[in-house]
Amino acid sequence: AMQPPASGEPFVLSASLDNARHLSNLLRAVHFQDHATCFATASGLRVTVEDAKCIQANAFIQAELFQEFAVQEESVIFRINLSVLLDCLTIFGTSSLPGTSTALRMCYRGYGYPLMLFLEEGGVVTVCKIKTQEPEDLLDFDFCSTKVVNKIILQSEGLREAFAELDMTSEVLQITMSPDKPYFRLSTFGNAGSAHLDYPRDSDLMEAFHCNQTQTNRYKISLLKPSTKALALSCKVSIRTDPQGFLSLQYMIRNEDGQICFVEYYCCPDENITEAEL
Amino acid sequence: LSRIGDELYLEPTASGLSLRAVNSSRSAFASFLFAPLFFQLYEPGGPAPGTECFRCKVHMKSFLGVFRSLPSLEKSVGKCLILLKPRASRLVLQLHCKYGVTKTHNLAFQECEELQAVFDTQCCSSRLCAPARVLAEAVVHFPLTLAEVTLGTGPGGKISLRNYTEDEAEPSKTMVTELWLAEDEFQSVAVSPGSCITFCLKEFRGLLTFAEASNLPLTIHFDEPGRPVIFTLDDTVLEVHLVLATLSNLESNSQTPLTNGVSHLPTPSDDFADDLGSYMVALETSTCEGGPPSPTFPLHTPRPAQRDPEEEDEEDEEGAVPGTPPHKKFRSLFFGSVLTPGGPGLAPTQEVLAEDSDGEC
Repeated sequence: AMQPPASGEPFVLSASLDNARHLSNLLRAVHFQDHATCFATASGLRVTVEDAKCIQANAFIQAELFQEFAVQEESVIFRINLSVLLDCLTIFGTSSLPGTSTALRMCYRGYGYPLMLFLEEGGVVTVCKIKTQEPEDLLDFDFCSTKVVNKIILQSEGLREAFAELDMTSEVLQITMSPDKPYFRLSTFGNAGSAHLDYPRDSDLMEAFHCNQTQTNRYKISLLKPSTKALALSCKVSIRTDPQGFLSLQYMIRNEDGQICFVEYYCCPDENITEAEL
Repeated sequence: LSRIGDELYLEPTASGLSLRAVNSSRSAFASFLFAPLFFQLYEPGGPAPGTECFRCKVHMKSFLGVFRSLPSLEKSVGKCLILLKPRASRLVLQLHCKYGVTKTHNLAFQECEELQAVFDTQCCSSRLCAPARVLAEAVVHFPLTLAEVTLGTGPGGKISLRNYTEDEAEPSKTMVTELWLAEDEFQSVAVSPGSCITFCLKEFRGLLTFAEASNLPLTIHFDEPGRPVIFTLDDTVLEVHLVLATLSNLESNSQTPLTNGVSHLPTPSDDFADDLGSYMVALETSTCEGGPPSPTFPLHTPRPAQRDPEEEDEEDEEGAVPGTPPHKKFRSLFFGSVLTPGGPGLAPTQEVLAEDSDGEC
């Protein structure tokens, strides 16, 4: 075990993880901006990334996933450069050879202090100190279950290819959810023409289908495209919309050790709706 | 077809669905005719009496985009439905996939005139037929960047393939690759001895890849240099034609006017320093009845601006193969437009032979 030299303030956050990949993979799934806000409570760590005041992604790692996780204050919050954090976590390389893993110890003394990372692999230790910044206000999508109009849970396998091949010449991704046909439809309107991907409610991929009302909403495709990374890691995804058309995508991710963590994306519907042909 | 042109022409007929392409310099034309039996269901929705068949063209890239990632397509797609909706101006391609998932693509199309190169395999004095594999194995010896190849018939029924080099090229600096195929490698050989033709390799490679994959024998019909070479693949449900212009000999210089009303064209000038020194022989519009030899005249190719080289290169998986290089040397194939007798003489700088005629039925 790596013990940092005892000196100065006590740590408000200290955590140990035998396999840093459990953290780095998850963080990559939300890495569409350079900066992220880290929020730690006794339940675990949440890393939030936002863009354009329209989209927010959260990666959750529960305290149980860590070998050690201690938070001394009610909550600890700081802003950090996510690109740098990922580079440090993967300092021993990103390829996962079987049997080898990077061990991680993370320490933070509080406001104004850097985040300290101790990474060890094969007897080699790297120490990183990453500056932390003032946390910024985060969007509150206020997405609670009581407000959900439509919800489906799909096996990720069925959506992976679709998202990877989305027609990026389309400005929007249109999502239709309905108790009637087409049930669940993803549409793009690109240079070549329009494309629709339909998932019937009785498809083997459909784990749950609770659509009460026909809703069609459009979201900027450039904002949703990064969620493809989370989709690639996940085994299941839940797709929910509220009365205003706000979208919640929740990805269930099983890590190498079979432990479950979650990534969620929230997105506002696109205001500039131009009449697109179907 | 994407190796030939940027646009895919579709024409549903009673005898099947015809897919065609032509290159920008109109020196290469290909058509694939899928018989109704090829499909699970084929409804051409025939034209109302008195109207012509519906034809349209779509961007090649848009069409191919629907079928990207072929391996996963084979695993996940059960069937494909193609619908042509003239009123909505949409070509609908619907893929029925695993798990009940349906992918529907609505592609915009443009109505177009008939695209049909004029050629007749019966007119060709030479014919070769070989399994695609034999030709593929021969062609593999030539670099991917090679533009043109010369096919020749030699003594003892041997067939040669040689890379074509321009006359100006320094003999000491060019590498010549030549290979000979014995008559017995071919399924049939019926050739005029001593004949040879030069054509664009890139466009031919595209067809060869298809022929190999479909395991069909390839037939090559050719005649004198300058007359197009026609490659055909035949199967019970598919008919493929690839028509490529060939380089003509500098020697053959007769200029008998055509009998069907095409304007008499000026004699080739001795000073052809601007051209690459090639002359081409035009195809005749009427079906070949052993008519008079066609005139040769200077080659004035469409300016490269008509073709987007980056576009063509992008479509190329190999990357190293250049865009259709012969458009500098190869004349346009004649595309069956009816020129009015005594029509305007073609100025030497105008190369408008592949006219799209209006109101053609």
